[in-house]
Amino acid sequence: MLSPLDRKLLRDLWRVKGQATAIAAVIALGVMLLVMMDGLVNSLQETKDTYYERHRLADVFAPVKRAPDRVLDDLKAIPGVSAVVGRVNGAALIDLPAQEVPIRAQVVSLPRSGDPILNGYRLAEGRRIDSDRDNEVLLLKAFADARGLSPGDDLTATINGARRIYTIAGLAQSPEFVYTTPPGELAPDDARFAVLWMNKPALEALYDLDGAFNEAILALGRGAKLPAVLGQADRILRGYGGTGAYGLEDQVSNRFLSEEITSLRASSRGVPPIFLGVAAFLLNIVVSRMIQSERSQIGLLKAFGYGSAAVSAHYLKFILVIAVGGAVAGCLLGILAGVNVAGFYQTYYKFPFLLFRVDPAAFLVGILVSVAAASAGGIFVLRGVFVLAPATAMRPPVPADYSRSAGVVRALGRWLDQPSRMIARRLIRQPGKSVTAVLSIAAGMALSVAMLTLMSGFDRTVRVNFSLVDRSDVTVTFAEPLSRKAVHELQSIKGVVEVEPFRDVDVVLRNGLHAHRGAISGRVAEPRLNRAIDDGTNTIFLRRDGLILSEALAETLHIEPGETLTVEVREGRRPILRLPVIGVTEAFIGAPAYLQLDALNRVLGEPNRVSGSYLRTDSIYNDHIYRELKNSPAIAGVSLTDDTRASLRKLLDTGAGAMRYIMAAIAAIITFGIVYNSARIAFAEREQELASLRVMGFTRGEAAFVLLGELAVITFLALPIGSGLGYYLSHAVAAGFSTDLYRIPVMFDPASYGSAIIAVLIAAFLSGWVVKRDVDHLDMVAALKSRD
Amino acid sequence: MSRRPTARKNEAFVVNSVSRVFGAGHTAVHALRGVDLDIPESELVVLLGPSGSGKSTLLNILGGLDRPSEGTVHFFDRDLTAMSDVELTHYRRHDVGFVFQFYNLMPSLTARENVELVTEIADDPMSSGEALALVGLEERTDHFPAQLSGGEQQRVAIARAIAKRPTVVFCDEPTGALDSQTGQAVLRVLQDVNEETGATILIVTHAAATAAMADRVIDFADGQIRDVRINEHKVSAEEIEW
Repeated sequence: MLSPLDRKLLRDLWRVKGQATAIAAVIALGVMLLVMMDGLVNSLQETKDTYYERHRLADVFAPVKRAPDRVLDDLKAIPGVSAVVGRVNGAALIDLPAQEVPIRAQVVSLPRSGDPILNGYRLAEGRRIDSDRDNEVLLLKAFADARGLSPGDDLTATINGARRIYTIAGLAQSPEFVYTTPPGELAPDDARFAVLWMNKPALEALYDLDGAFNEAILALGRGAKLPAVLGQADRILRGYGGTGAYGLEDQVSNRFLSEEITSLRASSRGVPPIFLGVAAFLLNIVVSRMIQSERSQIGLLKAFGYGSAAVSAHYLKFILVIAVGGAVAGCLLGILAGVNVAGFYQTYYKFPFLLFRVDPAAFLVGILVSVAAASAGGIFVLRGVFVLAPATAMRPPVPADYSRSAGVVRALGRWLDQPSRMIARRLIRQPGKSVTAVLSIAAGMALSVAMLTLMSGFDRTVRVNFSLVDRSDVTVTFAEPLSRKAVHELQSIKGVVEVEPFRDVDVVLRNGLHAHRGAISGRVAEPRLNRAIDDGTNTIFLRRDGLILSEALAETLHIEPGETLTVEVREGRRPILRLPVIGVTEAFIGAPAYLQLDALNRVLGEPNRVSGSYLRTDSIYNDHIYRELKNSPAIAGVSLTDDTRASLRKLLDTGAGAMRYIMAAIAAIITFGIVYNSARIAFAEREQELASLRVMGFTRGEAAFVLLGELAVITFLALPIGSGLGYYLSHAVAAGFSTDLYRIPVMFDPASYGSAIIAVLIAAFLSGWVVKRDVDHLDMVAALKSRD
Repeated sequence: MSRRPTARKNEAFVVNSVSRVFGAGHTAVHALRGVDLDIPESELVVLLGPSGSGKSTLLNILGGLDRPSEGTVHFFDRDLTAMSDVELTHYRRHDVGFVFQFYNLMPSLTARENVELVTEIADDPMSSGEALALVGLEERTDHFPAQLSGGEQQRVAIARAIAKRPTVVFCDEPTGALDSQTGQAVLRVLQDVNEETGATILIVTHAAATAAMADRVIDFADGQIRDVRINEHKVSAEEIEW
């Protein structure tokens, strides 16, 4: 049996159901974001760890030119190393009949029998490779799915210059290839990059590596020191053309995956608190105003002999039902959204399974923050009401004293009619209420601005990258650095309009203790097809006398212009160079280190070498050009700018990008919730005044003007403040999304502000329309009889 | 039995068989049960009766705030019951003044501005100063409601009601929230207004003593008119015994 107070509670909740729902929704969205992002981070991390462990992904990768198998024993003897495998790892080109451009692939050896000791795979379809058959391969499942290939199909591949037909025995997934991009590209494209696994003897034969390997992979035991192991491995492999051992953190797929998790973790810590904070702020305001309007009922309850504790408990229950209801709904929505977004992630990060798990702490934090914010709003007001004697609380409230606002309004007053004066005086008389109303709408708007700015930052990145930075049609990369003659050969292909050579050299940059593994980008003096630009989209002029670093890179390395950087070249003769840093620039994308091509070749002692070229082509000859490129053994890869753009676009629109859309939607809903609540509260507080106006013969429109005018003034005041807050918030949110080496550009984007303003205006218009309807249906008689 | 005293002047209101039912079925409340009534113009009329007798319901219908369930109400030659919402708003705006038990002033406007709220939308209003002088508040025109006593607030409400030069002023328990002395002063103001502007004044009250100052007294009980009396010896408000 419910107590009368509890029945009152249920009826009160029902009475304010619209408002209660709006408040609960705002809380739910804040909590949802927290739970979703936390769940996503946990899930990706746990899935990654489990997947890596289950298939024994190696901790160290050590590429060499050629080392005999016996060297593996030396590697095994390094303290801390628990397992060593020597394998063959090379590049291949796959030739599909329907595809003009050859597809780049990586080919990796498997032991003739049994499971690989390290870097195992998961057989998704078909069967393992028959140990006696040299023409069987396992194919990366993602590529097979994208190309419609199945076990039993034939596949033509060129491996180390030998073109042969292979049979696909099965489709595999591997923790080594969770995230694969075509070489040199940022966004994955399942259809344009493949991995092949073959029997080691077969691959040894192709690479002329009988009884030898070209890559050692090592697993480390507990407590092993990675830098020490890398150093020793390098020493052992130096004589065999070792190009430098590196840890799992520098392995391509793992690096992308780890960066994504790091970035998600950063945003999960930085972004939901902003949303939840805005929701809590709003909740606080709304609850305190709702309690305020219960003043006379509180007086009545106290007059009946209910103690302050009982009355407080009653109203806290009221608040808790809304707050906990919203928070629990948020938790459920968060799980739902998390599972779905995690599903998106699986399209880019190829896990065979996904463990979705939310840290219980996230639920707890979400519920506690909501309850605390709501209760704080309530308790503050209750205390104020308790100070009053019951009789005072029950008496019709003394009219609010507006005399303080008299002077100000009189100054403007000459031009104001009485309804406008009512608006002006209300705003001035209760500056606290007006300011919180303005700030809460502004805060909601700032969220929208921040999310829209972020999205437009991404869009602009893509747009600028493919209009100002990269104006080529085709990028060709060579299997190894070639002489300038190769450039002339490209130039001579019919349909090629312009060729611009480049050279990218793999290096480790070191400044004292700070190091970065990356590349030096050598570009021609006056590039036309692929220009280096800064974040103001100005061309960066490359120089002969030193490196120009991106700001992100300079920060990582703690170096400033005028200082000298140690450059460990990781190819060719592997010289160690000292190069001056002559400039730092905010790079538009990534974290590059630039040097003029000729200067790069000179310091390497390899004149006239290029590692690839950008081409501008005449599109009617494209088929011919692709055919020529496909038949050239020196070419390791060809990527079409259109394809690259499409896959980057897709990455930003779906997958990780979906998160930004979800957040933008949440921001919009929160903004709407705030504006709507402001309007509802304003109506509730002014119901009697409006009824009086109607009684005095004011039309519906004239009465509504008093209410809507106030809403309009508050909304218009909120717009510039929201824009200002949004500017700062977009930096905070961008920082939440950025990682050490990848920065989200934040640019002043008028369209984002315009859209956010329009969203607020639409919310205000709809809310205004709803309360206008309430004004139309005002019960004049009832409103005049009631005393508060 | 005829409830209609002989009409000497024009009838401001002619009420014919008016009923008002709230709700439906077995929960229905019959607030008015077939009321017939004429109210001549320029009279000061007091509607007496206990709570729930229907007097306020009738006042709301006459004031254009509510509509009867049955019957017709004419205001001079206009049928209030046939008016649209817009026409009723127009009627309240130009012909009617209201005074309520709880004053219903706009707290954000000064006394003068509360009056101007109405004069701004009226056709031929008196000035706000003139209206406030009529109620004896010319000294307090720039005070806000919070700075005025209950009696002063009610006098502002009366000034607001009469400033548009209404044909009729409705007062629902105008002294209900006031002490007797202040109440008397407020009634005096209503009497003055009636005499000086010629407006018809309808006062709803359950304070029977108020009847002494009326031209006409209408007794209500159970949603019906029990009696209509012409007061031949009306007294001034100060002489009312409370």
